[in-house]
Amino acid sequence: MIANTSLVSQSRSSISLEAVGIPRLLKLFLAFAFVVMGVFAATPAFADSVGDEYENKILGNVKNEGTPLEGVRIIVEGNGYSAEVETDAEGKWSIGVPQSGTYEITLVEDTLPDGIAVLEGGATQTVEWGFTNTVVWNFFIGEGERNPTSQFDQFLMRVFDGLNFGLLLGLAAIGLSLVFGTTSLPNFAHGEMVTMGALFTMYLALAGVPLLLAFPIAVALSALFGWGLDSGVWAPLRRRGVGIVQLMIVSIGLSLTFRYLTQALLGGGTEQLPGALGSPEINLFRTVSLSVNDLISMGISLIVVIAFAMWLLNSKMGKATRAVSDNADLAAASGIDVDRVIKVVWVMAGGLAGLAGILWAYFRPGLKWDMGEKILLFIFAAGVLGGLGTAFGAFVGAMIVGVLIETSAQFIPSDLKYVGALVVMIVILLFRPQGILGRRERIG
Amino acid sequence: MDFNSIFINTAQALFSPVTIAFAMAALGLAMHFGFVGLLNFGIAGFMAVGAYGYAISTLTFGFPWWGAFIAAMVASAIFAVILGIPTLQLRGDYLAIVTIASAEIVRLLLLSTTWIETTGSADGLVAYADDFRSINPFPDGDYGFGPWNYTANQFWVLIFALIVLIISALIVWRLTHSPWGRVIKGIREDEDAVRALGKNVFSYKMQALVVGGMIAGLGGALYVLPSSANPMLFATSLTFFVWTALLLGGAATVFGPLLGAVVFWVLQAFLGSLLPAMAEVGLLGGLSSAQAGALRFVLVGILLVLIVIWRPQGMVGDKRELTFVK
Amino acid sequence: MSSNSNPKKAPEKSTGLHVGEAAPGVKKVDPILVADKVSRRFGGLVAVDVDHVEIPRGAITALIGPNGAGKTTLFNLLTGFDKPDTGTWSFSGSNLAGVPAHKVAKMGQVRTFQLTKALGLLTVLENMKLGAKGQQGENIFKSIFPFFWKKQEDENEQRAIEILERFKLLKLKDDFAASLSGGQRKLLEMARALMSNPTLVMLDEPMAGVNPALTESLLEHILDLKKQGMTVLFVEHDMHMVRHIADWVIVMAEGQIIAEGSPDEVMRNEAVVDAYLGSHQDVDLGVVTGRIELPNGKK
Repeated sequence: MIANTSLVSQSRSSISLEAVGIPRLLKLFLAFAFVVMGVFAATPAFADSVGDEYENKILGNVKNEGTPLEGVRIIVEGNGYSAEVETDAEGKWSIGVPQSGTYEITLVEDTLPDGIAVLEGGATQTVEWGFTNTVVWNFFIGEGERNPTSQFDQFLMRVFDGLNFGLLLGLAAIGLSLVFGTTSLPNFAHGEMVTMGALFTMYLALAGVPLLLAFPIAVALSALFGWGLDSGVWAPLRRRGVGIVQLMIVSIGLSLTFRYLTQALLGGGTEQLPGALGSPEINLFRTVSLSVNDLISMGISLIVVIAFAMWLLNSKMGKATRAVSDNADLAAASGIDVDRVIKVVWVMAGGLAGLAGILWAYFRPGLKWDMGEKILLFIFAAGVLGGLGTAFGAFVGAMIVGVLIETSAQFIPSDLKYVGALVVMIVILLFRPQGILGRRERIG
Repeated sequence: MDFNSIFINTAQALFSPVTIAFAMAALGLAMHFGFVGLLNFGIAGFMAVGAYGYAISTLTFGFPWWGAFIAAMVASAIFAVILGIPTLQLRGDYLAIVTIASAEIVRLLLLSTTWIETTGSADGLVAYADDFRSINPFPDGDYGFGPWNYTANQFWVLIFALIVLIISALIVWRLTHSPWGRVIKGIREDEDAVRALGKNVFSYKMQALVVGGMIAGLGGALYVLPSSANPMLFATSLTFFVWTALLLGGAATVFGPLLGAVVFWVLQAFLGSLLPAMAEVGLLGGLSSAQAGALRFVLVGILLVLIVIWRPQGMVGDKRELTFVK
Repeated sequence: MSSNSNPKKAPEKSTGLHVGEAAPGVKKVDPILVADKVSRRFGGLVAVDVDHVEIPRGAITALIGPNGAGKTTLFNLLTGFDKPDTGTWSFSGSNLAGVPAHKVAKMGQVRTFQLTKALGLLTVLENMKLGAKGQQGENIFKSIFPFFWKKQEDENEQRAIEILERFKLLKLKDDFAASLSGGQRKLLEMARALMSNPTLVMLDEPMAGVNPALTESLLEHILDLKKQGMTVLFVEHDMHMVRHIADWVIVMAEGQIIAEGSPDEVMRNEAVVDAYLGSHQDVDLGVVTGRIELPNGKK
């Protein structure tokens, strides 16, 4: 496909008809013919374009001094979506994306011929959307030194992204882990509890509530949601003595209910919370840069986690929680009101999950009806890895999972980066189900 | 409100290849959970393996239609074995988590662009049903009456799926009413007791996993046969819907999953037509018809919660058989 | 309290089972089970540490000892339900160490459990038929065609009915096992174990939780096993029962075998009494374990 703006842009990386020396009118005609042919082309060769069913596309052409480069890898990431392609024999590539927004495009310099590098802007660049549903992006390449540490910088950047993701994952995982520890229930509706936080914030913001107020109110509402779930569903079922398997399926039913309720409210598209897009980047060191949103997000996560840890360690209720999570029967025998502890746990889990949802809506960025479904398994992976039942384990597990997911994209195709975390979770459950920090249960 | 079209949509769900494919998946899950007590929360993964097994063997390897069906079954069996060997010893809740994750891994692998030439990635695969259509015994024309109208190809898929379903159900019925079934029943309740009687518990569980998996895989192939295969179809929601259908009908029976699947889809079609129609005439507050469509799945979620607490044996299950052995 | 009001004929005891002095680990004339250096640790706790033990064939052997002595653990090890840390043992000459539980059962060594495992969701008759060995119908391929297994199934059903009749459970045959009383379930478990024609029957506390009225019946059945040529090894706490039917007694304490011998010898053994009481006492062990002989002869 031809980049419409290529006729106006620098000639080095795009179609350079001047080099062929053809009269101007003929060039225009040829350009037009190319466009027409491109539009009516049969299904493009597989490897150079992906996401054809999406209306929005990012595309481009990779050429060095007019020579198209084949097999160059381009990665596009953003809004919870990631895809990659390789340029075809004419150096063309196209990636369809589910929505307009901000994306990061990376040209994998290792797939360029030797001695050729991206000359301006770096191997990873940020794309903002324009007014049409197509964005053309071309990298300026030519002979030059590749920044030999760019791989490492990329890795470092991914580590920070991973830390950011891990922190918000940790908030959700702590709640999941404590719920499991105190009630033996793997809560399959936890993803939806995360979504609720973002949803509440969105509605509050729409109602005109200033953001600084909207956040705490949304978190409080999420905590209330957790309380409501326990009072209305879990506690009555516990009293009835309903078995764990049935409770698991109840949590699945709840997950379906709230997920599709969200779809009914939001539709299929992605909404943005105020200020999610266009947050200015701050350069930290080398080429690692984080947006202001990211920094605030990580800061909030850290503060909340530390505050929660202090509560867990020092307060009476916190200690009771740890006791129940460790061994409910023993805790009950020593006089702790287990039901009350469980209620507190659900309130905490709701609030933490809600906060995680808000932060995630800024991280992706975006809020979508099935965002809970997407994150659920990673919350589980974090909890399992750290040790279901221990809050500290959940935090550690989440950090590892977050960094693992993001950095694995360095070594494996980026759209497989989530698979790694799931595989790790399965392996842990098979060989060390108590996770890193959990205690070995006597089985039988 | 157009009651006529609501009626037609609902009635069509009664005899639809999708319903039958769903019934196959539910039957496979019945073998896993209803009869052996395995918490398989990854049934969508089996369906995906079967569906793509059929499509890929046709498109990439040029198998004939019968070869593709066999490939779908073999692929499902292999998936069952790979999944089963490490996980059959796991306790219930861990098995649930592992199976969900496994199904999701399958979906992510199919979605990835890494093998896009074979899998089609997000675009999926189409046009693999030609050989199947070529053996259609029904001449061109319209079939059916009343609300049920099919072209020759649609009719062929329907009849074929129905035959496969009946054979599968018969096999499961025979299996569960035989000494093999007796061992399985014992295993569900107490593995150690059965072990002490000289039966290789692991082997039986694996056999059940493979049989159920193959049936679910065939279901997946039938699911996509009339249309196209796409990773989006096999998300965790699909697994949860199959579970709902199974529990609704009666998990530890042969007829239950079939009944549950039919009732589930008929309800879906009914609500899927009724709710948007109600929204359009303003009966549902300010909801748009698209939003109303999503409401039916909200009701599915609530239905699942209600069934599992108040009627765990489903519509045709026996209460004494304790669908959920604690 | 057992109702021994009608003095029954005392059971014939087997004698001459051992070779040489009766001591822990003594060799048997015709051992069916021989175990060497079997040990099992749980964390720091030594549950079982048996140097050598032999179980005599065709006799009823009782395995006794205070709680926590390691009896059930030894049971689990010998039947393949648990893996030992060290040790080898053989059953009728075949090496059993590391053999999984179901294979051990297939070889003719069946066991029952302390907490009865009658399968409540199956009927009594189904429970029985499950116990039969070598069923063609249990093969997944053959099971689809009744032609392959119908005849065997009918034969098994006949045998099941015979055994049920002996155990006086026949009229309950179509009831779900869950609806049976505790004692009836014990009987069912024992009856079911017989379906496979075992050579060695290992009973883990067969009297636990059984009301005294059924004790008599259970004892008779155990004696019956010996009459039919099977070897019995059972774990028990009830000393009078042990004295009544056991030919040989093996005493365990803290994971080790501390005494072996005929019931009378063992009961008077000082080491054994110590193990139960922790100090020198000149008492009849029967008193210690809770049964007192009343003046009128009832216990």
